[in-house]
Amino acid sequence: MIEMQDVFKKYPNGVTAINGIDVRINQGEFVYVVGPSGAGKSTFIKMMYREEVPTSGTITMNGVNVAKIKNNKVPIFRRNLGVVFQDFKLLPTKTVYENVAFALEVIEAQPKFIKKRVMEVLDLVNLKHKARMLPTELSGGEQQRVSIARSIVNSPKIVIADEPTGNLDPETSWEIMNIFEEINNRGTTIVMATHNREIVNTIKHRVIAIEAGKIARDEQRGDYGYEN
Amino acid sequence: MMNKEVITVMKIRTLGRHARESFKSIGRNGWMTFASVSAVTVTLILVGVFFVIMMNLNKVAQTIEEDVQIRVHIDVAANAEDQQKLQSQIENISEVQSVKFSSKEQELEELIRSMGEDGQAFKLFEQDNPLNDVFIVKTKNPQDTMQAAKAIEKLEYVTKAVYGKGTVEKLFNFIEASRNVGIVLIAGLFFTAVFLISNTIKITIIARRREIKIMRLVGATNNFIRWPFFLEGLWLGVLGAILPIILIAIAYYNAYEYLAPKLVGNFIQILPYNPFIYQVSGILILMGALIGVWGSVMSVRKFLKV
Repeated sequence: MIEMQDVFKKYPNGVTAINGIDVRINQGEFVYVVGPSGAGKSTFIKMMYREEVPTSGTITMNGVNVAKIKNNKVPIFRRNLGVVFQDFKLLPTKTVYENVAFALEVIEAQPKFIKKRVMEVLDLVNLKHKARMLPTELSGGEQQRVSIARSIVNSPKIVIADEPTGNLDPETSWEIMNIFEEINNRGTTIVMATHNREIVNTIKHRVIAIEAGKIARDEQRGDYGYEN
Repeated sequence: MMNKEVITVMKIRTLGRHARESFKSIGRNGWMTFASVSAVTVTLILVGVFFVIMMNLNKVAQTIEEDVQIRVHIDVAANAEDQQKLQSQIENISEVQSVKFSSKEQELEELIRSMGEDGQAFKLFEQDNPLNDVFIVKTKNPQDTMQAAKAIEKLEYVTKAVYGKGTVEKLFNFIEASRNVGIVLIAGLFFTAVFLISNTIKITIIARRREIKIMRLVGATNNFIRWPFFLEGLWLGVLGAILPIILIAIAYYNAYEYLAPKLVGNFIQILPYNPFIYQVSGILILMGALIGVWGSVMSVRKFLKV
């Protein structure tokens, strides 16, 4: 469960990115975060995995107050969270298999378990046969699938995705969405910031629209609501 | 109990994982590895050569220092009792380490022997020995020779206390100065090496800044990230020490083989090859490891605050 109470975020350069947000996302929900560029969408998402810390207010993720986590405990907090980025953020010198396994290595899981679990999630994203390739040898869509596999390998309760289809062509984007749907169907909460109007309007879920640092709209099975 | 065991096993396994990672990384960052190792190699050759020269100079200086003594000429008027008294008076001077008596007959023998062939001419003096009985005095600290000599000269029945005035002082000044210069140079060289190497390693790590950031995003703790870099620095340093050790060992072996026979009987000696070259090797490996680890740990620290 994700809960934000009275959250403000002001950057040192004086820009107020988040201007008072209260929101609650229940376990198992699928939420789109939409809004114009520069409206605070990215900051909203980044605060959830503590890339940014709110200036005031509380953010509770699975019962943990994110703002209170000490810098050296941040990695441990992130282990209970899957994060997917627009630019994939794969380790360029590691193979597909190693990239996914890395998230399990850091929690010092048993090698046997790592092997089994990594193959399991690679199977889920349909990349078992490319396990030994380097990210640079894959297409954009494939790289994003690796990154999704990595995000769920720890079986997190929440997956946060920051414009995961932003760099992909429409067809590949649908593939990625199918995987997210599949993950959501297994009970994982998904929060996804997106600019993709078609996806939001076709695969209906809750839509939170952020404008000028505030929640402008919060609808179950909502529409994208902006012209692209 | 059980739990504890599991934890220990995990740690050893993780360490193995870090070691594997560090080796992989050395292989994958080929050129950067080469650059770092070369930097270590070049600096350690400089440090090594300099160190070998310094240690040998130091050895020479020590030999010379140990050889410095005061010759106290005893007045002919002094009888055995006076001599005894004088000896204990000299022994009581705080700087003095040992006092040895040498009769005028012994002194003459010594003189004749030291002159070699020409010395035979002095045999004539055996009948009427013009030399004095002598106390040979050594000080605890060679630098105190002058002070001790002055104190001795004031004592009764001492005609003069000779210690190579001027020469000894000059020699000491020279040794002292060259030692200090050597220490400063080695320290300077060491810091240049650290700077050079930490810079090279920093460049390799900056190239992997993104990688470190991703690791943190995926949940790796700082320690987990640091370990492979730490080990990588260690390997790079040790790897960089290999060539300098081989080169210096060969060079020193040849120098020793060439010089040692020529220095036989001379009071200047070159340090024997056997223990010395192992000591130098140990120091070079240690320095390489230290520089490598330091360089990589310092550089990685900057990127762990994401």
